[in-house]
Amino acid sequence: MPSDLAFDIDCRLRVGDGIRHYHIRSGAALTSLVGPSGVGKTSLLNCVAGLARAESGHAIIGGRHLFDMGEGLFLGPEMRGAGYVFQDARLFPHLRVAANLAYGARRKRLSGGPQMLDETAIIALLGIGHLLGRWPATLSGGEIRRVAIGRALFSRPSFLLLDEPLVSLDPARAEEMAQLIISIRDELRLPILHVSHDRAEVERLAGEVIEIA
Amino acid sequence: MSGAEWEIVRLSLKVSVVAILVTLPLAYGLAWVLAGRAFPGRVLVDALVHLPLVLPPVVTGWLLLLLFGNNGPVGAWMGENLGIGFVFRWTGAALAAAIMALPLMVRAMRLSIEAVDRRLVGAARTLGASRWRAFATITLPLSLPGIAAGTMLGFARSLGEFGATITFASNIPGETRTLPLAIYSALQVPGTDVAVARLAIISIVLSLVALVLSEWLVRRSALGQAEGTRLHAF
Repeated sequence: MPSDLAFDIDCRLRVGDGIRHYHIRSGAALTSLVGPSGVGKTSLLNCVAGLARAESGHAIIGGRHLFDMGEGLFLGPEMRGAGYVFQDARLFPHLRVAANLAYGARRKRLSGGPQMLDETAIIALLGIGHLLGRWPATLSGGEIRRVAIGRALFSRPSFLLLDEPLVSLDPARAEEMAQLIISIRDELRLPILHVSHDRAEVERLAGEVIEIA
Repeated sequence: MSGAEWEIVRLSLKVSVVAILVTLPLAYGLAWVLAGRAFPGRVLVDALVHLPLVLPPVVTGWLLLLLFGNNGPVGAWMGENLGIGFVFRWTGAALAAAIMALPLMVRAMRLSIEAVDRRLVGAARTLGASRWRAFATITLPLSLPGIAAGTMLGFARSLGEFGATITFASNIPGETRTLPLAIYSALQVPGTDVAVARLAIISIVLSLVALVLSEWLVRRSALGQAEGTRLHAF
């Protein structure tokens, strides 16, 4: 049954000059896609988040149909409940950290389902309480990424998309971030789709691994 | 300033302020459309907006007369349905000033809209924002420096408007005789050197104030933002 699967994605995407086919069926809450740069890992995340359109195919996450090009179904990005943590974070530069966190805050998940951590608990988990009054431009790389994760979690996402969450962090920060992702995985029990070019990173997060070549 | 001079300044400010306030939403809308996705006819819209920048102002004035004159298609309709007339009226001077200021406003605003990172809009959408909310909370505030710059630049331009105004709205004291027209009129009469100099100095001071204010507004609204479009970006 598709609804038992965390991820049921089967689609064709335009990546660069060609069309690529992605086939992901995974029951693991944390599913990692690993492959060299240029194979369209980010394109796939954009497509799942609703920022890009697939040429054909469908995506079902946690039993919710996000798009099905054959059926003419395409949920807008605001209806998907994606907690998308971009590789470049994309914090809003004109809003302080607190306003960035609050930007997408919802009380309930779009998909229904159990309530997760409340906002105080999210701030505590990420250790960003002391940053709330700061401007994004004044944050360090590790802080930016934690705030970006916090902003995604505040929106009560139905699933998380993590694009290279450890890249360009120093080893100590990367270690912290990996621990954080593991605790999000265990405490929030959200489907997490994680992409990385780094095998070691993927192995430490100990989810199901799908190779993309 | 004498009473007559004060009257001229008051009229000039009224004409320019009304021209810019009415044009502001239109200019931003045009800038937004021109900064967005390509569509058939974009080149034409772009060219039309910029036309007043390159046409002889007297030609712009003549075109306005054809369109907005009492017998022109738009002018006749507006007179009948909205009760707004333009010929020989201060509203005509404001219309001429608005048309001449429009390209400068659109250019500054378009640059600042284009400078807004589209990826931030995408991020806002994934966080549940509708297109409209993403525009109102991301694109609009991040393009404020350009709005400020465009507004003051347009204001300064409209204060100096001469050719289109005198052609379209004529040179009527107290109604359409703004500062530049008053200076021109004074120059036609012998022995008015002092009057001309006084009006010219007032004009210079007003323009300087507008420019300084614009720079200040741009800096202020760029605070806390990653990148601000400066007046110099024009």
